Amino acid sequence: MERFDVVIIGGGPAGMAAALGARESGASVAILERDDRLGGILNQCIHNGFGLHYFGEELTGPEYAKRFRDQVTKDGGIKVFLEAMVLSLTEDRLVRAISPTAGLLEIEAGSVVLAMGCRERSAGAIALAGTRPAGIYTAGMAQRLSNIDGYLVGKEVVILGSGDIGLIMARRMTSEGAKVKLVAEIMPFSSGLKRNIVQCLNDYDIPLRYSTTVTRVAGEGRLVGVYVAPVDDKMVPDLSREEYIPCDTLLLSVGLIPENDLLNGSKVEMSRVTSGAVVDEYRQTSVPGVFSAGNVLHVHDLVDNVSEEAFVAGRSAAGFARGELSGGDTVNVLPSQGVRYALPQRIHKGEGKIKIYFRVDKVYQGRTVVVKCGEEVIRKKKTLVMAPGEMQNIEIDASLVTGDVSIYTEE
Amino acid sequence: MERFDVIVIGGGVVGTAVLRSLAAYKAKVLLLEKSSDVATGASRANSGIVHAGYDAETGTKKAYFNVKGAAMFPSLTRELHVPYRMVGSLVAAKEGGLPAIKALYERGVNNGVKVEIIEREKIEALEPNIAPDIKYALYAPEAGVVSPYKLTIAQADHAVVNGAEIRLEEKVVGISESAGGYLVVTDKAEYHASYVVNAAGAGAVEINALLGESTPEMKHAVGDYYILDSKAAGVVNTVVFPLPDEKGKGILVAPTADGNVILGPTSRVVPHDEAEINAVTREGLALVREGVGKLIPKVDMRSVIRVYAGTRTAVGGDFIIEESCKFKNYFMLLGICSPGLTSAPAIGEYVAEKVSAALHLQKKEAMRPLPPRFRLTEASDEDIKAKIALDPSYGRIVCRCEKVTEGEILSAIHSPLPAHTVDAVKRRVRAGMGRCQGGFCRPRVMEILSRELSIPLSEVRLGDKGSEIAPYEVKDGYGKI
Ligand SMILES: Cc1cc2nc3c(=O)[nH]c(=O)nc-3n(C[C@H](O)[C@H](O)[C@H](O)COP(=O)(O)OP(=O)(O)OC[C@H]3O[C@@H](n4cnc5c(N)ncnc54)[C@H](O)[C@@H]3O)c2cc1C
Ligand SMILES: Cc1cc2nc3c(=O)[nH]c(=O)nc-3n(C[C@H](O)[C@H](O)[C@H](O)COP(=O)(O)OP(=O)(O)OC[C@H]3O[C@@H](n4cnc5c(N)ncnc54)[C@H](O)[C@@H]3O)c2cc1C
Repeated sequence: MERFDVVIIGGGPAGMAAALGARESGASVAILERDDRLGGILNQCIHNGFGLHYFGEELTGPEYAKRFRDQVTKDGGIKVFLEAMVLSLTEDRLVRAISPTAGLLEIEAGSVVLAMGCRERSAGAIALAGTRPAGIYTAGMAQRLSNIDGYLVGKEVVILGSGDIGLIMARRMTSEGAKVKLVAEIMPFSSGLKRNIVQCLNDYDIPLRYSTTVTRVAGEGRLVGVYVAPVDDKMVPDLSREEYIPCDTLLLSVGLIPENDLLNGSKVEMSRVTSGAVVDEYRQTSVPGVFSAGNVLHVHDLVDNVSEEAFVAGRSAAGFARGELSGGDTVNVLPSQGVRYALPQRIHKGEGKIKIYFRVDKVYQGRTVVVKCGEEVIRKKKTLVMAPGEMQNIEIDASLVTGDVSIYTEE
Repeated sequence: MERFDVIVIGGGVVGTAVLRSLAAYKAKVLLLEKSSDVATGASRANSGIVHAGYDAETGTKKAYFNVKGAAMFPSLTRELHVPYRMVGSLVAAKEGGLPAIKALYERGVNNGVKVEIIEREKIEALEPNIAPDIKYALYAPEAGVVSPYKLTIAQADHAVVNGAEIRLEEKVVGISESAGGYLVVTDKAEYHASYVVNAAGAGAVEINALLGESTPEMKHAVGDYYILDSKAAGVVNTVVFPLPDEKGKGILVAPTADGNVILGPTSRVVPHDEAEINAVTREGLALVREGVGKLIPKVDMRSVIRVYAGTRTAVGGDFIIEESCKFKNYFMLLGICSPGLTSAPAIGEYVAEKVSAALHLQKKEAMRPLPPRFRLTEASDEDIKAKIALDPSYGRIVCRCEKVTEGEILSAIHSPLPAHTVDAVKRRVRAGMGRCQGGFCRPRVMEILSRELSIPLSEVRLGDKGSEIAPYEVKDGYGKI
C-alpha cells in the first residue's frame, strides 16, 4: 500500500493550492482527482474575472487553473492520480479510490485535505412543479455543455435564481444569440456578485425580478414555458398573479451545496449553515488530521479566497503529518446580529493574525463590523455595503483572544 | 409485410410481462411501444409497492391476480436481478380506527393473505418514528417494494434474450381484421398478427376504438410524489399506509427498493386527454406533506431530491382481463390500475396460456437466463478488481452520487433492449438518480451516448422525440477541447 504524508481529495483550485502548501512544507503529497484533468470547475469557466486578488491580473478560469497546474506538475514532487474517484475515507485515514488504470486503490495518509468542491441544487431539490420535459438545467450543466462540449441548450431562456453561475450563463447565452427573458430571484436580494449583475445582466438589458419565483413548468418533450409569480415575505407565491412566459429553457442557479458525501457517517462535526465541516484557523476539522478547504468547506464567490484558504490547509496538513501542528485550546467564533456565519468556527489563542471570513444575512449599508471577546472589543471595521453574495473578512489579533469571540454588525 | 404469431401493444409492466411469458413458447412475438423506451407510462411513475392482497374485494380479478402475482416476486426478481425487498406493510389507524382495521383483516384472511392486527408497542418496534396518535395497525409481513421500471425493463430484456422482438417509437395507429388475424398498422410499418394483445394502458381505449371494440368509461387520477435522498433512509422501515378511503389507499411513506424514501401519492382526477401528461402540482405536493405528517412526522423534507407524478387508469371497480367476445384472438387488458404492478407477472402468465391455447403453441424446453448486470456498489472487491482488469471502463465513475461507472452505462446502451436516451440509461443503471439529479453526470452520459450511437451531441435526447437536450452548436468555437 502506498503512503503519503498528505493526501488531497479533489484537484480543483483548492486541491492544487493545498498540494503546493503541503509540498512547500516538505511533505510527500498526492492528489486524487476523479476528472481526467486538474482544475475542477475552473475548466468550464471560460469567462474573465479570476485572479484579480491572487495574481493581480484578470484571468479566465482555465488560465487561472493552468498557473496552478504548471506548478503542481513542475518537478514530479506531487503525485497526481487522475480519473481516480475517492470512494471512502476511514477514521485512521485510509483512502480508498477507484480508477480505470489502477483499479481499486488504497492509500495511507498522514493527513487528509478535503477539496471536493460543491454541487448545484437541482430542480428536484426545490420540488419544481409541472411536467418533466427536456429544457431544464442547472446553470453549471448548461455551462459545461456550451464551454466543454460546444453545444447550446436553447434559444429562449428564463433563469431561476441569481447565483453567479446563472448570471454568467445569462451573458454567455446572450452572446450565443439566445434571448434571456427574465432572471427571477425569490429573495429580495441577489446571492451573486454585484459585478456579475452589472456586467452580465445590466449591460445586456436582461431584467432581474426580485421576490419572484417560478411556480411551475409546462411542456412534454421540450419545455414550452414557465409560470412565474411574486412571493410574499414568507416566500409563498401569490398564484393570483401568476404570469406565463413562453421559453424553451429554464436554467437554475438556486444554490451550491458542498459535496461532503464522503463524510456521511464519519465523526467530522458539520455546520448546518455552511453544510461544510466545522474547522479551526488551520482548516482542521473536529477529527485530527482531516482538513477541509475550498467550496467543500463553504461556498466561495472568488477563487482567490479558495486558493488562499487551501494553501493554509495544505501547509497545516503537512505540519500535522510531521507531528508539528500546534494544538491547544480553542475558543468559538460566534456569529450574531446580521452575520449568517463566520469561518473558522474555532480559533486557537496565541500569536499572529487570524482572518475571519463571514457572510451577512441581507444587504447592509454603512454598518460597522464588530469583533468582541468577552466585553472587550478587539476589532472594529466600518463598511460601505455588505451583501450576502459577497464574502467579507476581518482580521484579528490572536493575542487578544482570551475566550469565545463574537462577530456582529451594528449601525 | 412482416408476420407474427402475436403482437402485444404497449410496453408497460403488463405488456412486457405478457411478452416474457409468451417468449417461453415457440412463437414469433412482437411488442410495439410508442415511446422511446419501455416503462414510460404508469409503470414508471407509481408507488412501487408489491401489495400483500388484503385491499382488493374478495372474488375480484384484482384480488386473484394480486395474491398470485405477489407470491411470484421473490423468485421472479431473483431470476431477473431486479431490486425487491419484502419489507412488510402497515395500515396505521388512530383510536377509533379498529373496526376499519378489522374489516381489512377479515378481507385479508378471505383473500388468503398473511395479516395480523398489532398494537402500539409492536407498531413502534417496527416503526420507531410513527406518529404518536397511531394505536392500531394491520400488519402484512409479506408486502414488499420493487423497482417498477427495472422490473419492466428486465422483463423486456428477458423476452428479447429469448427471441421476442420489441420495436420502440412505433405507435399503433390502425388495426383491422385480416386473413384470419389482424393487420396492425403503426406510424412506421404494417404487420400481420394471428393474435393481438392490447396492453396499452391509458391508450387502450384508442386501440379498442381503432378496431371497433367498445371500452367502458375510463377514469384517470394523477398521483404526486416526493423522493428523498438515500441519506433519509431509515426514517421508515415498512410501507406505512393510512386507513384507505373512497379515493384509494391514501398517502404512504415507504422505503424504495433502491434505498430511497417515497412519499405519496395524491389522487387528482384528470380528463382522458391529460392522462399521459403527468404534471406535478403544488397543491398535490402540499397534500402529500400533510398526509406524511400524520404518519411519520419526523420525515425531513429538506432531503427531497425529486418530485414526480403518475396517472392511474381505471374502468369501474375491477380489472378487465379477457378476450374480446366480438373479435376472436384479440385480448384486452383494461383498467389495470393498482395493484397492477403486483399483478403483472400473474397476468402475463395467464394471458400467455390463453394465447398458446388459441394458437396451439408449444412450450420451449427451457428459457435462456437473463445475465446479471455488474453493479459497482454491490460487487465485492475481488469482483471489482477483476472487472476493471478486464475492462477499465468499469473503473471510471460517471455518476458520482450513485457511483455508476462508464462500463455500466455502456452495458445499458448495449443491453438486449438497448437504452438510447439519457432517461433510458438512468432507469437501467441509476446514473442521474441521486442527490444531484444528473447535474454533474448528464453531460457525460450524453457524451457517451453520442459516441456509442454515432450521433452528434445535439441529437442526444432526454426521452421521446423532441426532447433534445442541447440542440444547437455554439458559434464562437468553444468546446470540443
Ligand atoms: C460557474 C462558476 C463561475 C465562477 N466565476 C468566478 C469568477 O468569475 N471569479 C472568481 O474568482 N471565482 C469564480 N468562481 C468561484 C471559484 O471558481 C470556485 O469557488 C472554485 O473553483 C472552487 O474550487 P474548489 O477546488 O473548492 O472546487 P472545484 O473547482 O469544484 O474542484 C473540486 C474538485 O474535486 C474533485 N472531486 C470531488 N469529489 C471527488 C472525489 N470523491 N474523488 C476525487 N476527486 C473529487 C472534482 O472533480 C473537482 O475537480 C466561479 C465558480 C463557478 C462554479
Ligand atoms: C400513482 C400510481 C401508483 C401506483 N402504485 C402501485 C403500487 O404501489 N403497486 C401496484 O401493484 N400497482 C400500482 N399502480 C398501478 C401500476 O402502476 C399499473 O397497474 C401498471 O403500471 C400498469 O401497467 P400497464 O403496462 O398496463 O400500463 P403502462 O405502464 O401505462 O403501459 C402502457 C404502454 O402502452 C403504450 N401505448 C399506449 N398507446 C400506444 C399505442 N397506440 N401504440 C403503442 N404503444 C402504446 C404507452 O406508451 C405505455 O408505455 C400505481 C399506479 C399509479 C399511477
